[in-house]
Amino acid sequence: MSNNMSFFSGFQPHDLLFMAEAAGQTLLISVLSISTGTVFGIIFGWMLQSGNWVVRAILGTVLDVFRSVPLLIQLVLFFNFFPIMGWPLEPFAAGTFVLSLYTASLVAQVARGGIEAVGKPMRRAARSLGMSYWQDMRYVVWPIGLRAVFPAWVGVALGVMKDSALVSVLGYVELLRASQILITRTQEPFIILAVAGAFYFVLSYPLSKYSQKLEERWAS
Amino acid sequence: MDYHFHWRPVFQKLPELLQASLTTLEVAVLSMIIGIILGLLLALARMSPIKPLRWFATCWVELARNTPALFQLFFFGFGLGAFGIHFAPYFIVLFGLSFNNAGYLAENFRGGFQAVPDTQLRAARSLGMTIPQAYIRIIIPQVLRIVYHPMTNQMVWAVLMSSLGMMVGFRELSGETQFFASKTFRIFEYFAVTALIYYAIVKIILGAAKLASIRLFRY
Amino acid sequence: MIEIKGLHKYFGDLHVLKGIDLNVAKGEVLSVIGSSGSGKSTLLYCINGLEEIQKGAVIVDGVDVHAKGTDVNKLRQNLGMVFQQWNSFPHLTALENVALAPQIVKKHSKTDALEIAAKQLKHVGLGDKLNVYPNSLSGGQQQRLAIARALAMEPEYMLFDEATSALDPELVGEVLETMRMLAEEGMTMICVTHEMGFARDVSDRVAYFHQGIMEEIGPPEQIFGEAQSEHTRKFLANVR
Repeated sequence: MSNNMSFFSGFQPHDLLFMAEAAGQTLLISVLSISTGTVFGIIFGWMLQSGNWVVRAILGTVLDVFRSVPLLIQLVLFFNFFPIMGWPLEPFAAGTFVLSLYTASLVAQVARGGIEAVGKPMRRAARSLGMSYWQDMRYVVWPIGLRAVFPAWVGVALGVMKDSALVSVLGYVELLRASQILITRTQEPFIILAVAGAFYFVLSYPLSKYSQKLEERWAS
Repeated sequence: MDYHFHWRPVFQKLPELLQASLTTLEVAVLSMIIGIILGLLLALARMSPIKPLRWFATCWVELARNTPALFQLFFFGFGLGAFGIHFAPYFIVLFGLSFNNAGYLAENFRGGFQAVPDTQLRAARSLGMTIPQAYIRIIIPQVLRIVYHPMTNQMVWAVLMSSLGMMVGFRELSGETQFFASKTFRIFEYFAVTALIYYAIVKIILGAAKLASIRLFRY
Repeated sequence: MIEIKGLHKYFGDLHVLKGIDLNVAKGEVLSVIGSSGSGKSTLLYCINGLEEIQKGAVIVDGVDVHAKGTDVNKLRQNLGMVFQQWNSFPHLTALENVALAPQIVKKHSKTDALEIAAKQLKHVGLGDKLNVYPNSLSGGQQQRLAIARALAMEPEYMLFDEATSALDPELVGEVLETMRMLAEEGMTMICVTHEMGFARDVSDRVAYFHQGIMEEIGPPEQIFGEAQSEHTRKFLANVR
């Protein structure tokens, strides 16, 4: 009994609260990175689709690098690069920065696919009705393209949410790092990891099912 | 800027880093082979009429797809320690990646199986082929063609994910980089070079996959 | 000889075949006609065991197709089948399409299988397409490929399930010509078809199916000239 009360063992109710808070941190950094990354990703995607060849070549290559280098390496690299430039960043800020860039590189591809999905004939039809370029973008390309790539975007967003676990390498205490801390203290890896897994699952599964449903409905 | 870049120590360790890249490739390729076999079995299990089989496969697939890869590695790393099962770092990474690959590939394969018309099976059966013969000679080759592109992507993923070996003490490319970086404190330089090596590996894989697809799929 | 005795087939509650009795002798060409949903295609699937049956029996050369312990794979080697959708195997060349089953089912050596395949492809007039993939063949050529593929198993019976229905009109002729050639060579054939010309000119007997029942069977002159059943006459009046 006394063993259970001791600080060094046993998974206790308030540990669950600690993990819930950490899950909140995971959610926070994910939402922040996904929304920033999505905005930039859409802009980049549009530039990839409509820019001249210089823009397309440079931007395309840079974004490709972000997709071809492990996120873990990107995190370590930028976390150590900022102090070199004289702007030391907190793990949270550095993590958000890298995750946003990473998201943007993935969303850019999705966004370009969305614009291309709309097809030339439809856009020509819109312009022939006298719509301006931006009206065509706003009233034709956006709604149709969005529908075409929304499920892919959900996939990217959920991927980034899961990948946010890697920010733990910088020492930021999100869900997985919190689990590690608890495991070291309690020596109960199975229970704690099961709880962490359950948190992730709850964050990810409903959205992924929802987007799957939407995809099926839109496909038919 | 007071910082002075020192690249020389990194270049001196380049042979070791390239050696570690081979380890990265090895574990990624092995995890893909295991992942493809398990993924095929999981896809078939998900389409089978036997309920417990379907249930098991669904659990695997959803867990693999809805939790972080790092979490999965930790699970093989110390989660199973609760049952007295301890793996060497190499196997933690190999099993973790294989589990993840199998889950993602199973969904691709399932889509592939659904894309091959039922009538192909009927035609094969009408020629007297047994069900295994029909699957091996007729259905699966067509499925592999359909899933070839997603499979290539998964291979790239496996390489990128193997960097998580660093977090469980496995000295593949990232682990090796961290080992040297922590000794010399040239963290940025080391990881910058490693990033380039990863980029090159990914490009080589994509190029090879493209070449192979030209040879493989002539129809 | 194919003997069908009191055959009943259900899809769930749907009663598709309602007691069919029919014998097809060696060397005979039987055409089966009738509107869609009359159960005539299902009959073919029941003959080679691709569909289960609920009552009755199908006996091919003395072997009960649906009995427990019957080796259907062996049986099907003797019952070639050609489908409406030709179902060529897209990942194999024409030659490989035809050679595969002789090699892995009949266990011929690869060389022998390829030789058989080349022979059959020439037979159906595709001698110049041996190394072509199906996606660069026309529908009519793919259907002839399917016929060659079935023939390569050296079956004694051939079942044709609306072999020309999915083809563009201008491609129907070449497939019918190939079927006619087989009939003249003495192949035993059951052809489910919408081609009344073929049924009249090539078959020994014609069977008319209506709502799961074989309404009428007889020589083409009888069916097309003096059909006994009201349904048969109505159907024929409509297709002409």
